[in-house]
Amino acid sequence: MYFATKNIILEVYLLIKIEGLSKTFKVARRSSGLGEAVRSFFSPKYSEVNALRDVSFSIDEGEIVGYIGPNGAGKSTTIKVMSGILVPDSGDCNIMGYVPWRDRVQYVKNIGVVFGQRSQLWWDVPIVDSFELLRDIYRVPEDNYRKNLNMLTETLNLSEIINTPARQLSLGQRMRCELAASLIHDPKILFLDEPTIGLDAISKIAVRNFIKTINKENNVTVILTTHDMNDIETLANRIIMIGKGQILYDGNLNKLRDKFVTHKTVTIDYNENASPIELNGAALLSWSKDRATYAVDIKQRGVSDVISELSAKLEIIDVAVDSEPIEEIIIKLYKEHQV
Amino acid sequence: MKPYIAVFKLRVINGLQYRIAALAGVATQFVWGFMYIMIFEAFYRGFSGTQAISLEQLATYIWLQQAFLYFLYLWLKETEISESITSGSIAYELCRPCGIYGFWFAKLIAHRLSGTLLRCAPILVIAFFLPIPYRLSLPPDPLTFLLFVVTLLLGLIVVISLSMLAYISIFVTMSPIGSFLVFSVVGEFFSGFVLPIPLMPIWLQNIVYLLPFRLSVDLPFRVYSGNIPTNDAIIGILTQIIWIIVLIAVGKFLLTKMLKRVVVQGG
Repeated sequence: MYFATKNIILEVYLLIKIEGLSKTFKVARRSSGLGEAVRSFFSPKYSEVNALRDVSFSIDEGEIVGYIGPNGAGKSTTIKVMSGILVPDSGDCNIMGYVPWRDRVQYVKNIGVVFGQRSQLWWDVPIVDSFELLRDIYRVPEDNYRKNLNMLTETLNLSEIINTPARQLSLGQRMRCELAASLIHDPKILFLDEPTIGLDAISKIAVRNFIKTINKENNVTVILTTHDMNDIETLANRIIMIGKGQILYDGNLNKLRDKFVTHKTVTIDYNENASPIELNGAALLSWSKDRATYAVDIKQRGVSDVISELSAKLEIIDVAVDSEPIEEIIIKLYKEHQV
Repeated sequence: MKPYIAVFKLRVINGLQYRIAALAGVATQFVWGFMYIMIFEAFYRGFSGTQAISLEQLATYIWLQQAFLYFLYLWLKETEISESITSGSIAYELCRPCGIYGFWFAKLIAHRLSGTLLRCAPILVIAFFLPIPYRLSLPPDPLTFLLFVVTLLLGLIVVISLSMLAYISIFVTMSPIGSFLVFSVVGEFFSGFVLPIPLMPIWLQNIVYLLPFRLSVDLPFRVYSGNIPTNDAIIGILTQIIWIIVLIAVGKFLLTKMLKRVVVQGG
């Protein structure tokens, strides 16, 4: 009896629960050349690509999850399955009590989706017309629509572009409109498939801030895929990494860093000193008369320890400590799993 | 219904933007119209007996055909839908709480309606003032006109439920050009676009009357010109309704089947 109750609570609490998801695609393949093309016309050769292999994870309400992996790892496939547009070969997927592909029409009312490489805005008509169409499609009451539109216009700074046709907008402007379009119906979950692709620094920051705001204030659960590690660092407290269709890492970003960051770089500027100083547990990377760079092995000794030893010997002007960029950690992880 | 009406409205607004294309279309339709009538005039002169359709009725038939080309022509393709399948942007449509069939249907009606609204008026008005035998004549009586309007609108639904099958086939062929080429060559001939059906040999007519294509073009236009009497027109309307039910049922069934195994193209 006790266990039954516990299970029910567990299922309500978990917003997204995915278990053993697998999907195989049949891909036509042939080598280049005319002869090969003719041959494949009569007997086409197919090979199977395992886009997803036994993928399982669960996500709580209010989380922001970064879903990362190299190109072709299966990120978009997972998003497509979760948004109900792709039927997997096997496995279970339960989101808010729905099976996405089976209860598609009922289910999709609760989610917003942005595919960074596609557009949901009508190309030749003003943005606001596309918004109103979405209002009618999702049957959003007029009051809610007004309220949401005002909020979105304000936070995404859309007031000047909302009456312009989509084709005349820059990529950054359009992406802001795409985000707004996916949120008009108050979705509980937002799937973002590469929302910052091709954007400049300012637009990226605007998009990131907006995602943060919407997550905090409206308690929208966000799942985003990206190749930009800055997106992950500023947004996601949890990452799920996928490679060759399998989950390689699922957990906290900081823990990942702890596991893979072995060195920190310490750069010091000082008043002139004639000879380089050798330290235990810190390799000297470069040296000049007024600047030295060390790679501190943080397993052996702390950064502060190194700095205090140096300050005893030198007249330090400035200190900079850099940890390994997240990109390099990811590359290490990819290498470890050979993807 | 609201979502479908909304997409219909927006698609009409969208379609009404392409005015220059419509103007060019009107000019083309005039040239084709005159050309067809001249050809038939020459044939009729060289032929001594009576034809199943008079030259005046034929001129009316041809002008209506040109004026409502956008309404009923089978090869007319809504590129947004076909591109959404081949490029994968159908992903967004699948994320909406609507049936895809109804969504596309609404879009297709709107597409044809907006195109026709821009094109038909100038053709109809000018054709009314042309000298005989080129003139577009009025229908014989108000009832005929009413029957014409009903058959025309039902004809539109027939065309769209037929072309839905062509769009659905793109999921398999991945080539809108191929799907529509086959579809339009067959459909165009059997709907009476190329040659009015009364001018076809009897054995061919028998085949044509069994197929749904003629319900789109041949039926409404011949009803208008009085070539099809009232009784036959009413039978025609019933046939249209039956075909519409069958075609929509088949289309919906196939689309549901396709969407189960759909592969959204592109990453």
